[in-house]
Amino acid sequence: MRTMLGRTLREVSAALKQGQITPTELCQKCLSLIKKTKFLNAYITVSEEVALKQAEESEKRYKNGQSLGDLDGIPVAVKDNFSTSGIETTCASNMLKGYIPPYNATVVQKLLDQGALLMGKTNLDEFAMGSGSTDGVFGPVKNPWSYSKQYREKRKQNPHSKNEDSDWLITGGSSGGSAAAVSAFTCYAALGSDTGGSTRNPAAHCGLVGFKPSYGLVSRHGLIPLVNSMDVPGILTRCVDDAAIVLGALAGPDPKDSTTVHDPINKPFMLPSLADVSKLCIGIPKEYLVPELSSEVQSLWSKAADLFESEGAKVLEVSLPHTSYSIVCYHVLCTSEVASNMARFDGLQYGHRCDIDVSTEAMYAATRREGFNDVVRGRILSGNFFLLKENYENYFVKAQKVRRLIANDFVNAFNSGVDVLLTPTTLSEAVPYLEFIKEDNRTRSAQDDIFTQAVNMAGLPAVSIPVALSNQGLPIGLQFIGRAFCDQQLLTVAKWFEKQVQFPVIQLQELMDDCSAVLENEKLASVSLKQ
Amino acid sequence: MAAPMLRWVGRGRRWTFARVDGGSCHRRGAPTGSTSNRIREQSSVAQQPLYTTQKPRKGEHKWAAVVGLEIHAQISSNSKLFSGSQVRFSAPPNSLVSFFDASLPGTLPVLNRRCVEAAVMTGLALNCHINKKSLFDRKHYFYADLPAGYQITQQRLPIAVNGSLTYGVCAGKKQSQVIPKTVRIKQIQLEQDSGKSLHDDLRSQTLIDLNRAGVGLLEVVLEPDLSCGEEAAAAVRELQLILQALGTSQANMAEGQLRVDANISVHHPGEPLGVRTEVKNLNSIRFLAKAIDYEIQRQIDELENGGEILNETRSFHHQLGYTMSMRDKEGKQDYRFMPEPNLPPLVLYDATSLPAGADPQQVINIDQIRETLPELPSVTRERLVQQYGMLLEHSFTLLNEVGLLEFFQNVIKETRAEPKKVTSWVLNTFLGYLKQQNLAVSESPVTPSALAELLDLLDSRAISSAAAKQVFEELWKREGKTPGQIVSEKQLELMEDRGALEQLCHSVMEAHPQVVMDLKEGNPRAINKLIGLVRKATQSRADPAMIKEILEKLSS
Repeated sequence: MRTMLGRTLREVSAALKQGQITPTELCQKCLSLIKKTKFLNAYITVSEEVALKQAEESEKRYKNGQSLGDLDGIPVAVKDNFSTSGIETTCASNMLKGYIPPYNATVVQKLLDQGALLMGKTNLDEFAMGSGSTDGVFGPVKNPWSYSKQYREKRKQNPHSKNEDSDWLITGGSSGGSAAAVSAFTCYAALGSDTGGSTRNPAAHCGLVGFKPSYGLVSRHGLIPLVNSMDVPGILTRCVDDAAIVLGALAGPDPKDSTTVHDPINKPFMLPSLADVSKLCIGIPKEYLVPELSSEVQSLWSKAADLFESEGAKVLEVSLPHTSYSIVCYHVLCTSEVASNMARFDGLQYGHRCDIDVSTEAMYAATRREGFNDVVRGRILSGNFFLLKENYENYFVKAQKVRRLIANDFVNAFNSGVDVLLTPTTLSEAVPYLEFIKEDNRTRSAQDDIFTQAVNMAGLPAVSIPVALSNQGLPIGLQFIGRAFCDQQLLTVAKWFEKQVQFPVIQLQELMDDCSAVLENEKLASVSLKQ
Repeated sequence: MAAPMLRWVGRGRRWTFARVDGGSCHRRGAPTGSTSNRIREQSSVAQQPLYTTQKPRKGEHKWAAVVGLEIHAQISSNSKLFSGSQVRFSAPPNSLVSFFDASLPGTLPVLNRRCVEAAVMTGLALNCHINKKSLFDRKHYFYADLPAGYQITQQRLPIAVNGSLTYGVCAGKKQSQVIPKTVRIKQIQLEQDSGKSLHDDLRSQTLIDLNRAGVGLLEVVLEPDLSCGEEAAAAVRELQLILQALGTSQANMAEGQLRVDANISVHHPGEPLGVRTEVKNLNSIRFLAKAIDYEIQRQIDELENGGEILNETRSFHHQLGYTMSMRDKEGKQDYRFMPEPNLPPLVLYDATSLPAGADPQQVINIDQIRETLPELPSVTRERLVQQYGMLLEHSFTLLNEVGLLEFFQNVIKETRAEPKKVTSWVLNTFLGYLKQQNLAVSESPVTPSALAELLDLLDSRAISSAAAKQVFEELWKREGKTPGQIVSEKQLELMEDRGALEQLCHSVMEAHPQVVMDLKEGNPRAINKLIGLVRKATQSRADPAMIKEILEKLSS
């Protein structure tokens, strides 16, 4: 039997219920692993005391037979752009260093209400602006797969491999800290946020399930916004069932978020095991076959399509003709909302304030210069430009129209009978940090978001599923996109697919010597989509 | 933190006087700004007052002023527009501030149903078209009392549009005639109030109070159909009465629940409109009229002297009575409007569009709100005229004084006296006493019941009207006596005893033989003198007609 840390959320939940382990023991194991993997820089704040206290309470509940459900006693991590009452929430920015929110984001509160243990706040790109988790004030996040047996063995075979320590890989982002935290077994689920792919991208790079729910299904109250009209809380887990459990805890209308929908949602999100997929229709958007797509990802994508077809599903090529405008459209809408959302950071009520006090205006200017990094300031500048009276019609309004066209593309595809779309999540597997930073944040974001961003424009649910390891021994994910509010159907298909591909568990025993047992029974699973 | 810089603009020169064409509107009395307004008799609403300069040039320069108002009325509601914080005037600083009001990151706006209902109600009362779908926008500017860096307002598609407000201005020699006028209402929008900045110039600090931040406002935008301070004042007063009748705003200007900004320009009729200035800080109706008239005259003088009008914001200094440039903004402020992404479109329903089975708690039905509209001031006035036969201007006075109408109605309820008599007593005697002592109706020492009892005594001819005045004066002393008690204590009852009165007349005649002589010689004033003397002797308790009859009989 695998040790506790290597299990899925559902498995460890069963172990807790059966008394095989107590919440406190589990919490301590995770805390110890967080310490050992500190160099990954996955966490900005480790809320050890809070977690242990929550574990103690959870333990009492289990003893009294009053467990709150599947999440009771389960260690989770939360991206550091969700407000957590009494726990510093920084957005990886100087601007919010030392800011302790007086309230919990709705999603955080819901996790706590279900008995989950909050291990800490995870690292990200400053204000979630980025696709590498490299541009936060606390430094870049390292991808646990950099230290995996799978990757290292492949590298040994490569005579050109350089100094190992400087050659670590990025996690992707901006929810890279959450991805690394789950991937390195320091928790069982983590919240990310997803505005243009920020949950799905690091999930793909870290070999995890990364789920972006339909816009309006999960409350954004307490999520420090990037783009209000596209942000959704994302879920990072080791398997699809785990994502469904977390979604079940989070989904539903929130009186504090007027954009959440009131339609009755099928809760909890129990996923049936699909026996066959013969009634399914899978759409393959032809515009997603771009020249930059790595041959490995392309090959896995087509194998996945073949898999569905061979199992009896209908696989159709569909067209999403406005896909290529998505990046530029996103740029205008994102920066405009950023310019607006960031206006509140003036150093008056909370967060950083500069020492200059000659005038209010001078104080604002210096505070914002010191508080924000170049990426944030650049986006604020462009956003304000697009919102100027003389530019508004030509940029913002046009971008909104394009957004509508992009959303309509999806509607048309689904109206043509397609149930879910199958696409790549990323162009390639994770790249080394030194490689990644050769391009600036804007270029990287534009490149890395191309398969994920349009979904946010349309508010659709999407999930990245780890499929197989690349030739370098690194995870590759594929994305499923569903109809709005058909999150359960989407996850059901994803679960079937997950079962078929049998993605291997990360082997970190070299890294975590005394955790070698983590994966003891796990052999390099047979990858049905092997190249 | 330093206070935002204010540019004080002193009055560099004396303003020239303007002679107003055709016996009317604006006359600058003194350079200190004391203005006396007299509205000229106008038959047409559209007619604009014209101004001429002191030294008319070729073809005589006439000026017309164009005034538009933006009125912010604080919605009377328990909580703020987008948060659950309480709304209360003069609470301790920053004691009514939610996380949203302080713009803590991650907080989201949640629309207050009561504020929407208030906006719909106000829109209906002002004959507006209510938009079944309206939108919220963000208006960006950096200011210390605007924590989010933007205000949520309704720029693109407001909740109500295209209304009208009918008001009356006084005219005629004694200002006793009321002329109805109409100003169009462009739109009514829901928006957030800002906090308050308290500038401590001594320490060069600004202190911020966020109690007001996020309180719901109705911004009522009037079309520039007004042409002088008095029209503006009358329109605002009417709006204030309407808001108070609806209960949608307390509309107390002194407490900042009603704030008015005026956009003012002057031009020659037939020519394009002039550059306009915006005058802020108008915190009473009187100052509003003053400021507008001052600004109109300033612009005329500026232009007459070859100067130009800058498109700027000016503040009215009410002690000194002039406007001055407020903020020296480099160029125009670009508010970078953007749709508020956290609020879905505001959808309203009426009886025809209401979805079947809709939860009444989740929808707002315009027709239902229309049914709950109370009587509006114009209707009340009409009713008063119809029901009590009073003049229209009397009905204006009754409504304009806070609490006076209610006082009047209470007196009417309890007295048998004729409504006309009641009107006269309330508007002349009662209001006169209040004005003289600068009291509000609520501070009056005389209750409606007391006045009603007094009027009953008068009506039943138990006392004379002179005695009634005396009783009223006694009542004003707050000694807690009823009119009946005063009458009997002071023996003010009308003398009914003819014998006694004859006796009295006789003694008066004996005491004043010269007057009796005059009377007998046919001097017509002598009888009046004798009547006066007898009345004095009776302490005004006798009926003058009876005295006259007796005197005539005795002297014949």
